[in-house]
Amino acid sequence: MKITCTINGKTYSNDVETRLLLIHYLREVAQLTGSHVGCETSLCGACTVEVNGKAVKSCTMFAVQADGAKITTIEGLASNGTLHPLQEAFWNEHGLQCGFCTPGMIMASKQILERYPNPTEDEIRHGLAGNVCRCTGYQHIVNALKAAAAGARK
Amino acid sequence: MVPQKFEYAAPDSLKSVLQLLDAGAKPLAGGMSLIPMMKLRLAAPEQLVDLQKVKELSYIRESGNAIHIGAMTTHYEVETFPVLLRKCPLLAETAAEIGDLQVRNRGTIGGSVAHADPSADYPAALQALEAKLVLIGAQKERTVSAAEFFVDAFTTVLEPGEIVREVIVPAEELGTGTRYEKVVQPASGFAIVGVAVRVRRSAGKISFVRVGITGLSNHSYRATSAEATLAGTTGAAADVQNAAALVAEGIDANSDLHASANYRKHLASVHAARAITTAISRAS
Ligand SMILES: Cc1cc2nc3c(=O)[nH]c(=O)nc-3n(C[C@H](O)[C@H](O)[C@H](O)COP(=O)(O)OP(=O)(O)OC[C@H]3O[C@@H](n4cnc5c(N)ncnc54)[C@H](O)[C@@H]3O)c2cc1C
Ligand code: FES
Ligand code: FES
Repeated sequence: MKITCTINGKTYSNDVETRLLLIHYLREVAQLTGSHVGCETSLCGACTVEVNGKAVKSCTMFAVQADGAKITTIEGLASNGTLHPLQEAFWNEHGLQCGFCTPGMIMASKQILERYPNPTEDEIRHGLAGNVCRCTGYQHIVNALKAAAAGARK
Repeated sequence: MVPQKFEYAAPDSLKSVLQLLDAGAKPLAGGMSLIPMMKLRLAAPEQLVDLQKVKELSYIRESGNAIHIGAMTTHYEVETFPVLLRKCPLLAETAAEIGDLQVRNRGTIGGSVAHADPSADYPAALQALEAKLVLIGAQKERTVSAAEFFVDAFTTVLEPGEIVREVIVPAEELGTGTRYEKVVQPASGFAIVGVAVRVRRSAGKISFVRVGITGLSNHSYRATSAEATLAGTTGAAADVQNAAALVAEGIDANSDLHASANYRKHLASVHAARAITTAISRAS
């Protein structure tokens, strides 16, 4: 089936099998390998991307469902070499160790800060419930969100 | 994790959807239950009809003392929609407890009830709310109560070719106190047990009480003996305990690696007591 979508501002048009998952479309067809596959079973959040303004697990969506959609992946956050404030905050606050979960963490964090510009610790933790990190123990990730929110308020 | 091949259509009218369903297609809503099942090949539909473009299935409307929620309304929309927060806070509170942010962004109320997972959250609230479900097929439309709708694990009264069109919940009377309490299975987010409660008081007595339970057995239900025990009392701590002790009465509780049948029943009573206590404190 022929699909057309916009990824990070660029238009993509491809003929895909209906059963192709969005994550595989992004990684293998669009060659955007920033979004990761951790579990492929909807549980880890490493594949989180933004589809029409909503954070979704792209391993639990078919590419054909994204026909016509506007998609943002981790590659779309920095502009002209300037990191997105969340990327900057994850860096400064040591919100990652191996980095495998980070693209998904940042995409989910972006949605949390859009909905709660001044989030409480509970709102952050509740919002990140769908993202698993095996390294950091989460505290530094929570700190990164707080720092990004504080930065945005300055 | 590669599903079997299938045909896919995403029409934008309910009429075209119903025609495709009549021809044997399976509905795809948020995909949060169906896609995982297809990846595991527990489900292998040959034809999917995606409901996401059907505007006639996506709305929340207040009419008289009822609120009509289109089947394609997402958990996130239920969690945040102002009319629901104000007039049916039990449903909004329940939606906020489902899965995680990403799942709530895509999962829908129609998909959740149709899937009828015995551990799903909405069914507890829908039982306590005495919700109605409007079902539509190519030939007819009918309305059933939540109590009739949920038949068994993953089994509802939906017939082939029929979909859930909307869910109807009451706009709460002023002074109603409600609460959803959930024991989370941390790996999946689903409810080991979930208890939804609504209470009203009048002249110092509990004048109205509804208790809905999910996760305990193969399908959700209303704990009517607990309700009868609490009604008419002052809602003191002992009254709450007496009522909560009865929520699992006569129920064939499920047992799995997360909780044995006895432990589930114990959890149901403990959390029913908490939910009732909070609901009473919220009633005025
Ligand atoms: C990681 C994860 C955690 C979750 N945690 C929870 C949780 O804590 N609590 C909880 O309750 N749920 C949980 N869920 C399930 C989630 O709520 C699903 O959204 C819901 O069960 C199905 O809704 P859907 O819109 O995604 O439906 P789909 O997956 O698209 O469809 C589910 C089934 O319903 C059918 N269907 C869909 N729409 C209709 C309709 N309108 N009429 C008739 N049939 C229809 C489909 O054919 C399919 O058989 C979780 C899911 C995931 C992936
Ligand atoms: S890869 Fe999608 S949730 Fe883990
Ligand atoms: S930084 Fe390694 S998994 Fe999160």
